[in-house]
Parts: sequence; structure tokens; C-alpha cells
Amino acid sequence: MGSIQNIVMIIISAALVNNFVLSRFLGICPFLGMSKKLETAVGMSAAVTFVMALASIFTWIVQKVFLQPTWLVSFGVAADKVPDLMYLQTIAFILVIASLVQFVEMLIQKTNPALYSALGVYLPLITTNCAVMGVVLINIQSEYTLVESLFNGVGAALGFSIALILFAGVRERLEDADIPDAFKGFPIALISAGLLSIAFMAFQGLAG
Amino acid sequence: MILNILAAAAVIGALGLIFGILLALASKFFAVEGNPLEIKVRQALPGANCGACGYPGCDGFAKAVVEGDAQINGCPVCTSDQVEELGNIMGVEADSVEPLVAVVRCQGTIENADLKYTYEGIDDCAAASQLADGYKACKYACLGLGNCAKVCPTDAIDIVDGVAVVNRERCIACGKCVMACPRTIIGLVPESAATIIKCRATAKGAEVRNACKVGCIGCTICAKNCPQEAITMVDDLAVIDYDKCVNCGICVEKCPRECISFDNTKRKVAIILEDKCVGCTLCKKACNYDAIEGELKEVHKVIPEKCIGCGACEKACKVDAIHMIARK
Repeated sequence: MGSIQNIVMIIISAALVNNFVLSRFLGICPFLGMSKKLETAVGMSAAVTFVMALASIFTWIVQKVFLQPTWLVSFGVAADKVPDLMYLQTIAFILVIASLVQFVEMLIQKTNPALYSALGVYLPLITTNCAVMGVVLINIQSEYTLVESLFNGVGAALGFSIALILFAGVRERLEDADIPDAFKGFPIALISAGLLSIAFMAFQGLAG
Repeated sequence: MILNILAAAAVIGALGLIFGILLALASKFFAVEGNPLEIKVRQALPGANCGACGYPGCDGFAKAVVEGDAQINGCPVCTSDQVEELGNIMGVEADSVEPLVAVVRCQGTIENADLKYTYEGIDDCAAASQLADGYKACKYACLGLGNCAKVCPTDAIDIVDGVAVVNRERCIACGKCVMACPRTIIGLVPESAATIIKCRATAKGAEVRNACKVGCIGCTICAKNCPQEAITMVDDLAVIDYDKCVNCGICVEKCPRECISFDNTKRKVAIILEDKCVGCTLCKKACNYDAIEGELKEVHKVIPEKCIGCGACEKACKVDAIHMIARK
């Protein structure tokens, strides 16, 4: 049962305590760009969730198979002769994420053209979304197993979704609010984001 | 060392290859049929992706055309043939649209314009323009430092004697020079326009007269003499309405300052085909200049000296006996 408990902790940690947007401040660009309407926010969340989950799996495999091929040891390669390609981590992971995003783009264009046009430029921009990159790097740093990586990715995506959807709800209400001229648009959005971030700070210490 | 480099290249190359193949397969599997009309329009466009139409590239413009947001002549790079092609695809009449061409509305060459001071600053019109309204005495004058020539994608602009000159053959009317000119001297006019007011000075007559030999002084002689009432005076500057102008060249002859340029080869004159004319007198009635003579049921004749080439008779003729030809 220890492993299930462990996985639950990973999800809670990634989604709430170390929320990627509001605590780690990763993925701010789509967070501000896609939060004007609840509908597109949900679509974006789904796309990011998909990419993060898949990216977690694929980067883990790439890491173990290509970058730190310790499996070579069982084929008779001496442990100190195993090549260490860690320095290729960033470029290899970007390759993985970019391919995945391209794939997701095709998938969405085929299945949901309305969502495709609503996401617009933010869909290909997931490629350079630092939240996705953050998740996969943390996966490796924390020495997670494949399953743990997957759930860390899902948890992080969940956190991103929570933040994005909450914020979209807030911004939809801001549309109707009587805001001073100087604060209209992005200023009030940034202030709201700050307040939301403070609220999420309350989760600190919840899990480990 | 070499092994490390090879390993890195092999790993990244292998990863790229694997993902490339997967994506290629996926693109086959998830291929989306675009709007076939959109694809056709896209193929008929020049494909320069210059963005001069105001849409993000040719794909964006094709989409806008299909959705009815953009006119088929919205692409300034298209030749008239291409616009016609677009018209065929969209089922829109293409002859209602005319390609444009850029014109430099200044003749303030070194010879014609007086200088205020000698400019030795940055080789840039915008910079020169900020220094006491430029080095030429006329604050509307072309500074000839070539901001327009620098942005022109087809090398259609040359600086001759301190003034930009557009080569009409090469101009694609992309409008980049219009944006680049800090003094809004360059404008776009219809390709058929042969009569161009080559001045931008909206100052009072005396001021223009002191600064330049060939500036528009706002004397209104051209406006008064225009048979088509195509010239209006805006802020002491003559402006031609090309919907009305018939390139008769009268304003060019009358202008005391020689600031209207004219392309003689585009002057037109009406001729009546004798074998087709039935003597109905419709053309005679349509002519405002008494340039057609002839009695009922007799073959009519055009008096070339009076004909200004407006084409009213050609439109009035029911038997297609009148043609507008280039005046010799």
C-alpha cells in the first residue's frame, strides 16, 4: 500500500502544494493568455494535461534508454564505461515535447476544429511551455519511477488546470466589474493572479 | 572525445528520426481536409507571405477571401491576371478591381528645390526629417535618402537627383514604401492613372513658391479647367479623383507650375467604325464636348481636337461602333 500512498502524495504535492503556476511560477504565459474565457481555459487544460502525461512517460523512457543507459551493464558493459549523456537532457526533452505537441495539434485539429481555432497560437506554444519542461526535469531529479513520473505529470497538469480554470472564472467576473481605467486588462489580471497565488500558499506544509 | 560527439549526434539523430517517422505517420492518419476553395485560392496567390494585405500570410488571406472578409483585390502583390484568377475561383467579377502602383508625389530635385542647409547626418529620411523639417526648403519635400528604396522588395525605387522615382514596371504595390516614407510623399494610385499631382505641399502658395520651382501653389487653375471635375483643392493642394479622371491631359497643359506629371501614351481618343455606325446620334448626345459631328442616319465622326477621351460615347453606343484608342 505504500506505493499508492506515495502516488497520492505525489499528486497532491504537484497539484496543490507545489502548484506549477501559482507556487513554482512556471507556465505563466498560457496562464495569462488563455484565461479570458472558461471554455478555452478548459480546452487548454486538457491539451496541457495530455502533453504533460505523455511527456512524462516518453522523457522517462528517453532518459533511461538513451541518456543514462544503465541497462547496458546487464549486457556486459562495465559500469564505469556506460556513457553519460546527461548534458543532452535539455535538447532531447525539448525534442520529445515538441513532437508531442505537434501530435496533439494534429489530434485536436482533426477531432475538435473549434477548440483548435480557439487555442490558436497557444497550442504550438505548449512546445516552449516551461511548465511541461519543469515537470519532466523534476521527474528525473526526484528519481521517480515510470509510474511515479506519470502521476507527477498528471498531478502537475491537474494543478495547472485548477489554476487556469479558477483564474478564468475570476477573469470572467472581472469583465463585469467596475475597474479603474488604469487597472483594466492585464494589470488587474496580474493582481488577481497574485492574490490567487497567496491563497495557494496556504497549502504549504500540507504534504511533507 | 570523438566517441562522445558521435554518441551525442547518434542519440539526438536517432530520437529525431523516430519522432519524425511517428509524426509523419500521424499526419497521414489525422490528415484534415481543408476547405477545398481555400486551397484553390491559396494556390492562386503569389505565396510571398509578405503580409501586405494585413492578414498573417497568404493562408490567412485565402481564408479571409473565402469567408468574405477580404476582397479578391486585397492582395497588393497579385498581378491583374492573378486577381482575375481569384475572381474566377470565387465567382466574383474581376474587372471591377484595378491593380495599384506607387507614385512619389514630389519633384523637388536638387535643381528644382532650394536647400535650407547641408545635411551630413545619418543616411535616413526619418532622421533628416527631424532636423528642422529636413534640409530642403520645402518641409514636404522628398529628402532622397532612400528609406523607401531600402524597403522596396523589388528594387523598383531609385533616387534620381535627390528624389525617389518609382519604376512602374517593377512596382508590385506592396505599400512598404508608403509606410517607410516619414513624410507621406508616396501614395498608391490605380495603374491606369497617367495624371499625377507631383506635389504634397499643403502650404500657402507664397511659401511653396519660395521653396520650390515646381510645387503646387494652390492656384486652382487645374480644378477649374478639369472637364470631368475630377480635381478638388484640399488645403491648397490639388487632388485627383481617379474614379473621374479620364487622362485628358488638360490640367497638365494648364498648370503654371508644371507640377502635374503625365504619361502621353495613355491619352485616349474615340474613333467611330464607319461600317458599324447606324447614325442613331446617341453618341453625339452623350458627348459633353461637342466632339462628335453627324446628322441622323448618317455616319458620325469624331473631332479629335475636341475629344478628351472620356469614353462617354463608347458607353452610349448600342452597336459597338465606337472604340477608345491610344492617341498618336
